[in-house]
Amino acid sequence: MDISEKKQLSLTACRVRQHIIEGTFNAKSGHPGGSLSAADVITYLYFREMKVDPANPQWADRDRFVLSKGHAAPALYGALAVRGFFPEDEIKNLRKPSSFLQGHPDMKGVPGVDMSTGSLGQGVSCAVGMALAGKVAGKDYRVYALLGDGEIQEGQVWEAAMFAAHKKLGNLTIFIDNNDLQIDGTMDEVNSPYPIPEKFRAFGWNAVEIDGHDFDQIADAVAQAKCDADKPTAVIMHTVKGKGVSFMEHQVGWHGVAPNAEQYENAMNELKAQYDALQAE
Amino acid sequence: MADVKKIATREGYSDTLVELCGEIPNLYVFDADLAGATKTSKVKKAYPDRFFDCGIAEQNMMCIAAGMAACGNVVFASSFAMFASGRAFEQIRNSIAYPGLNVKIGATHGGISVGEDGASHQCCEDISLMRTIPNMTVIVPADDTEARLATRAVASMYGPCYLRFGRLAVPVVFGSDYKFEIGKGVVLSEGTDVTVIANGLMVEKAIEAGKQLAAQGISARIVNMATVKPIDRELVLDCAAKTGAIVTAEEHSVIGGLGSAVCEVVCEEKPVPVLRVGVNDTFGKSGPAVELLDIFGLSSANIVETAKKAIALK
Repeated sequence: MDISEKKQLSLTACRVRQHIIEGTFNAKSGHPGGSLSAADVITYLYFREMKVDPANPQWADRDRFVLSKGHAAPALYGALAVRGFFPEDEIKNLRKPSSFLQGHPDMKGVPGVDMSTGSLGQGVSCAVGMALAGKVAGKDYRVYALLGDGEIQEGQVWEAAMFAAHKKLGNLTIFIDNNDLQIDGTMDEVNSPYPIPEKFRAFGWNAVEIDGHDFDQIADAVAQAKCDADKPTAVIMHTVKGKGVSFMEHQVGWHGVAPNAEQYENAMNELKAQYDALQAE
Repeated sequence: MADVKKIATREGYSDTLVELCGEIPNLYVFDADLAGATKTSKVKKAYPDRFFDCGIAEQNMMCIAAGMAACGNVVFASSFAMFASGRAFEQIRNSIAYPGLNVKIGATHGGISVGEDGASHQCCEDISLMRTIPNMTVIVPADDTEARLATRAVASMYGPCYLRFGRLAVPVVFGSDYKFEIGKGVVLSEGTDVTVIANGLMVEKAIEAGKQLAAQGISARIVNMATVKPIDRELVLDCAAKTGAIVTAEEHSVIGGLGSAVCEVVCEEKPVPVLRVGVNDTFGKSGPAVELLDIFGLSSANIVETAKKAIALK
């Protein structure tokens, strides 16, 4: 990836982060921490990787993305809006009765959302179904899913993992947003799923560990996943919960709390400074 | 009754799936290691590339079905009623019904007539569970004829459906001229004193009860209400108006199923006595299916007695 491409992705991710703060602030609720940690990979997928058409969201041969950690909806909505699936102005109506932007993704209401999610563990199985559909129909589209690290405590994730490997779904790549924090504390405090890559490998998957905020590493992992037509790939991304907003970073308390007015100002100022600095590079 | 043909509704369901595979190129069938019992093994044999066994993982199966449907396919997912509606309830609610995806849940082994396997497998709550989910159509076919017609009908409608079939071979009550329509009850015989509204294997017992009541000088209207949701309000209200008393009969808990659905309509628009024949808020137990049906009051004799009580309440 050349420098200008990476710069553009970084600028877009910053814009997505601004939408996350804007949306959750106006909604007075939502999940900024896990949305901010997921912003880079979602940006990468929608702006450099996936075959999608904002003018035709239902395009049958498009690549699919399932936000299995549905509470990171603000990150997905931000990326879809910037990508042109719907006006960016709508973000400020997040979680309001008049808006199609539900607290968790609703595929019937939001252009570009490929699966309704929100109940953890289910989205990954739906992604497996989509990958199976592509395979049996002889289509070459790829399916991506993003899971939380806490989410893999759900047993259904491992039912899905077993089936995907059994059916040799090489067209499926999942990302684990390993920010190491869940609602009740750190992963180790609550119920450790570590080591994660070994578990996926034991289920017959390829597994790689990367820095989930490094576009080069995300690109390499996706390229590597595409090389194996017979095995699904799990990309375990080391990420920072709250990434991009200094006072939210590494803070479990920012899982499901919206910023107040002062925090909103500070966060938006920080993100604007980052954006300006990137642009000046 | 010895000359009446008996066949389990799961047979007609799976036979029809095989036919549909020949007619609908993007129809797929899923099972969770019960294909031999649900009879979807017929699909596996006839159309191996249309059949997927998810193993013993019903929750995963429902969401895989949702993902397949989200890519434009018609999907049937089968398991026992207990595991389909119970274990995978939330997957059905959130990943199938909420997005309104085109998944048909073909649940077999509903009710007490599972028999010897006992309470853990005798699901008498599935209709209640499924009926409460928005977007869900719920159908309980009465016999082989209706099982075939209902399977065919849901394949050509778009959206989530729950179909309940049985393990036990039950009499074929409808001939080849029988017409099935989703959301429409069928008046099987006219009457003026009381209406018996039944579904599933209780339809045959309702017909029998109607004859016994007639012999005692009581004129009973007999209705087959295969579709529990959307309930045929018009016909329920017509029964309330014309006969002034209703008995419901179902192989399901009296809480939340057909009886409740009928009560809801009657209470809201035309209050008349409604008495419910069903499983009385209790778990099942092991035993031969036919004996169990009598033990739990799922019999024509109980319908007859209950009809008399309903008439007395008028």
